[in-house]
Amino acid sequence: MKEFKHVITDPMGMHARPAGMLVKAVAPFASKVTITAPTGTADARRLMALMKLAAKQGMELTVTVEGSDEDTAAAELQAFLTANL
Amino acid sequence: MKIGTGLPVFPGVSIGKAVVYRKAQSTAPVSSGDPAAEQAKFDAAVITARNQLSALYEKAKVELGEEKAAIVEVQMLMLDDLDYLDGVAAAIQGGAAAAVAALETGEEFAAVFAAMDDEYMNARSADIRDMSHRIYDILCGNTGFQLPEGKFLLVAEDLAPSETIQLPRERILAFVTRQGSSSSHTAILARTLNIPSLVQSDIELADAEGCTVLAVDGFTGNWYMDPDDETMAMLKAKQAEAAAGRAALEAYRGKESITKSGKKIILAANIGCPEDAEAALAADCEGVGLMRSEFLYLGRDSLPTEDELFEAYKKVAQAMGDRPVVIRTLDIGADKQVDYMGLEKEENPALGLRGLRICLTREEIFRPQLRAILRASAYGNLMVMFPMVASVWELKEAKALCAQLRQELTAEGIETKDVPIGVMVETPAAAVLAHELAKEAAFFSVGTNDLTQYTLAVDRQNANLGKFYDPYHPALMALLAHIARSANDAGIWAGICGELGADPKMTEKFIEMGYKELSMAAGRILEIRKIVCESEQ
Repeated sequence: MKEFKHVITDPMGMHARPAGMLVKAVAPFASKVTITAPTGTADARRLMALMKLAAKQGMELTVTVEGSDEDTAAAELQAFLTANL
Repeated sequence: MKIGTGLPVFPGVSIGKAVVYRKAQSTAPVSSGDPAAEQAKFDAAVITARNQLSALYEKAKVELGEEKAAIVEVQMLMLDDLDYLDGVAAAIQGGAAAAVAALETGEEFAAVFAAMDDEYMNARSADIRDMSHRIYDILCGNTGFQLPEGKFLLVAEDLAPSETIQLPRERILAFVTRQGSSSSHTAILARTLNIPSLVQSDIELADAEGCTVLAVDGFTGNWYMDPDDETMAMLKAKQAEAAAGRAALEAYRGKESITKSGKKIILAANIGCPEDAEAALAADCEGVGLMRSEFLYLGRDSLPTEDELFEAYKKVAQAMGDRPVVIRTLDIGADKQVDYMGLEKEENPALGLRGLRICLTREEIFRPQLRAILRASAYGNLMVMFPMVASVWELKEAKALCAQLRQELTAEGIETKDVPIGVMVETPAAAVLAHELAKEAAFFSVGTNDLTQYTLAVDRQNANLGKFYDPYHPALMALLAHIARSANDAGIWAGICGELGADPKMTEKFIEMGYKELSMAAGRILEIRKIVCESEQ
């Protein structure tokens, strides 16, 4: 299992658009990806679950990646979050 | 004739025929009894919905821009949401017809979002509902709403985001909805399209369907069905006046604001956030006379960092180029509470710990803000002003801190420019002491709203005091004259940034008093420029 942390820098927080982009970014990987915010935990493949976290700018997200391609998935998702959220 | 009211979201008058928009009301087909067949119908409808949304997205991108098209994009993403799809599949397995499953699952999700403690997420429930209604309509065989030819006023219970986008914008004269808020999609679209509109109105859809002529007065918030001759004449006159006024004012775009005797007046805009700078430039402002900093501090859980503040100020500085930008430091207090600052509740917030008083007591708040402004100064023509000054020592102390921070920044190798430091004159003490403050300040900008409230001892939030809140009170005029005279004697400039700055009845008076700058809502600039240019002063 791989785990990393990301602090949200987007002033609007995890709003619909970055959440949707995240779902798309996770899609190609086989690993299970879970996002934990101070407000709850969500499967990163599920858009509305991610939106329901209502994660705001400045909140720290913990991302866990578990599965056969966890190394590449974790690296790519970390880069994705840094660039988009 | 019938008359009613609503909440106006854009000023102007529209008269024409009413078209009532109702969502398609058809009964959903009953389940075939075979869950697998219902699931197949649903899956096919999702594909159709995706194609429709994708066509709509392309149309919206061209006509309304990327940002508004994102509304549609979000719905396309929701269409693929696993929780939604799982929910529908479960309902179908439970015996529901595809159409009913799509609609009801959508309602469940919409209800969850509507109940969240987050305004942005609350608004997303409309998107979820919109998306599930689309699938429902496809499954029911609804082909959608047929619009008549020509121009019309659109009346509806409420309009869903994708509905507002689908509408032929060039044919709509007004929106009148029974629901919606001033920040709803309908209201935003009305402002984008510049059409007079009402939300939260008391209009009855059945009545609107039966009327021949509907008129909307976006100045007063009234609507009229089949107005009588007298009302019609009044509305037409108002409409003509507004149109003629707008056209005449366009002649002043790009002109210098200079009186007949040659006095140059700067007409600047009041802005709330960096994004407002673009609109202010589009309205032909000659600078920013008041940038409120509060928006950077409100609606969040912690103090903004120096870098966040710097980016916001830099954006405005760059957008305005050589034009002057006056940044007011934080004016927050017990009346505009932010939890993370841990301010105590006060009996009398208007006279409490606010404005510069907080800044001088809480350096951890003031330092990053001043450093951010100084850093941003390298990118434009910035000035800073302090709110709620009552004594000369307060100004001296804040100035000393600025000088110290500038030295620190220079030592760190960060470029800064000389930032003129001024006073927002809004306490009677500062007004009376203007001649003393003028020795220390680089400029004055009068906040007439607070100055009126403090001078007359009239709480401006108290609706019962309406007739006592007199911004033209002789006491106030005497203070205003003294402030301008003191500034001119000391060789500094004085401006007005309160509501009186945009008051056409006061423009000439201010010029006569010796004010050099008037700052106002950007939309008023051309109107005031006309008065300046026609003035004999």
